Amino acid sequence: MQFGIFSVGDVTPDPTDGTVPTEHERIKAMVTIALKAEEVGLDVFATGEHHNPPFVPSSPTTFLGYIAARTERLVLSTATTLITTNDPVKIAEDYAYLQHLADGRVDLMMGRGNTGPVYPWFGKDIRDGIALAVENYALLRRLWREDVVDWEGRYRTPLQSFTSTPRPLDGVPPFVWHGSIRSPQIAEQAAYYGDGFFHNNIFWPVEHTRRMIELYRRRYEHYGHGTADQAIVGLGGQVFMRRNSQDAVREFRPYFDNAPVYGHGPSLEEFTEQTPLTVGSPQQVIDRTMTFREHFGDYQRQLFLMDHAGLPLRTVLEQIDMLGEEVVPVLRREMAARRPAHVPDAPTHASLRAAAASASAGVDA
Amino acid sequence: MSRRSLVVVSAGLGQPSSTRLLADQLAAATRRRLDADAEAVDLRERAHDLTNHMLTGFPPRELERVLDAVAHADGLIAVTPVFNASYSGLFKSFVDVLPEGSLVDKPVLIAATGGTARHSLALEHAMRPLFAHLRAVVVPTSVFAAPEDWGGATAQGPLAARIERAAAEFAVEIERRESPVVVDPFDEPTPFSELLG
Repeated sequence: MQFGIFSVGDVTPDPTDGTVPTEHERIKAMVTIALKAEEVGLDVFATGEHHNPPFVPSSPTTFLGYIAARTERLVLSTATTLITTNDPVKIAEDYAYLQHLADGRVDLMMGRGNTGPVYPWFGKDIRDGIALAVENYALLRRLWREDVVDWEGRYRTPLQSFTSTPRPLDGVPPFVWHGSIRSPQIAEQAAYYGDGFFHNNIFWPVEHTRRMIELYRRRYEHYGHGTADQAIVGLGGQVFMRRNSQDAVREFRPYFDNAPVYGHGPSLEEFTEQTPLTVGSPQQVIDRTMTFREHFGDYQRQLFLMDHAGLPLRTVLEQIDMLGEEVVPVLRREMAARRPAHVPDAPTHASLRAAAASASAGVDA
Repeated sequence: MSRRSLVVVSAGLGQPSSTRLLADQLAAATRRRLDADAEAVDLRERAHDLTNHMLTGFPPRELERVLDAVAHADGLIAVTPVFNASYSGLFKSFVDVLPEGSLVDKPVLIAATGGTARHSLALEHAMRPLFAHLRAVVVPTSVFAAPEDWGGATAQGPLAARIERAAAEFAVEIERRESPVVVDPFDEPTPFSELLG
């Protein structure tokens, strides 16, 4: 099972002292956090993509290329890549290029983006969100899998005799996850292609998340990719830890109370009861995360949101140390001990290359 | 026809509340004509839930149960106090978080209370268009209760007559219809071939 971090990349004032990082400081902080993830033994770092303030990550492959050069093992991913407003041709090129630079340590998570005004800045309309995700992704798959593409659709200029370069590393396209909180069409899309499905999980009650994942698993089996419990599931999580849980609650409360998304709404206690947010000791985080497996089945990837709501970099790095040193080693062991042998790991470049090689050997034989 | 279900939403803030009293009388008058269960919902008790729902995007558990009950109900009785010439903000907050389509073709009986009878047309210029927008079937008689209406209590005054007339219209609209079928998008997803179409 893979464990890692995903970052929204928000620039949020620290509510305890009003400090606001500059964009430069925030971008460099994201670099430090990604490097820290590798240092403490995490497997994945995923960056958000946004094209509006207060967010900095508008250029994910620039960022991930830089991280690739400074890491050895970390899988570089996105949370999410905007399949609606980005040109699928540019996604195909950028991420194939990144694959080469990172020697295959790349996958992506597709998402639609939920900010209406962003769409027209890129010539699109949020009301076409699902249709854009469907058409653009269908084209993206072809660009990575067919050397020469003739294509015509509703949302971009037709292509004639187009070759997306560079070709994917070793002829193996990056693995793709599809992220959605509540659109059954996206769970259906992930299932249809046998891709991964990621639920951000952190803002919603377990019951909602479970319905999306059950739908994805059922349809994954329906489309013949394997049994429902072999479908590739990723989940978000949101934690704040201190040795004593009371200290964690006291320190995190002002960040919670003023956080973007849920701030000024439910109390910290209500929100931790209703959603997977866990504020407490490392052991509480371990216990809570183990319940995800009970709710959603054995899954392949767990990403935690650590750097948000104006938390200072120093605090975030302390959190990642605890995550890597105290939480994840236990989760790895406990999840593995419960996992049946027929449940696969998340695909990697190496596993996809091996699968492609054995498939073509089968054809030759 | 099997037993019907009513949800009776009251946005009264006082305890006891004249808005709730009117809601109860409308429910009782309806149930004299119709074999139905009635669930009373006091929005006062869900006020924090409503704010949290608007800020987080998901309903707390008890509010979710209420929204679900509304969607499945054969009829809705909706009663608000009139504040500043319209329905109250709390009442509108509830309407704002109803899942899309919850009220389509659903019989709705609208009613209101106010400090003076001069507010009675708020039902016609605010409540009725709101529910028309949601494509509900609002019965022709709406019921407004001013302070003087409560003077006679259970007497056979004009308020009691209006309650009876509204309840009769409401019961007829419910009886003409099958119970609503609530479609769950997670049960039968649109096949991907259609999405690709």
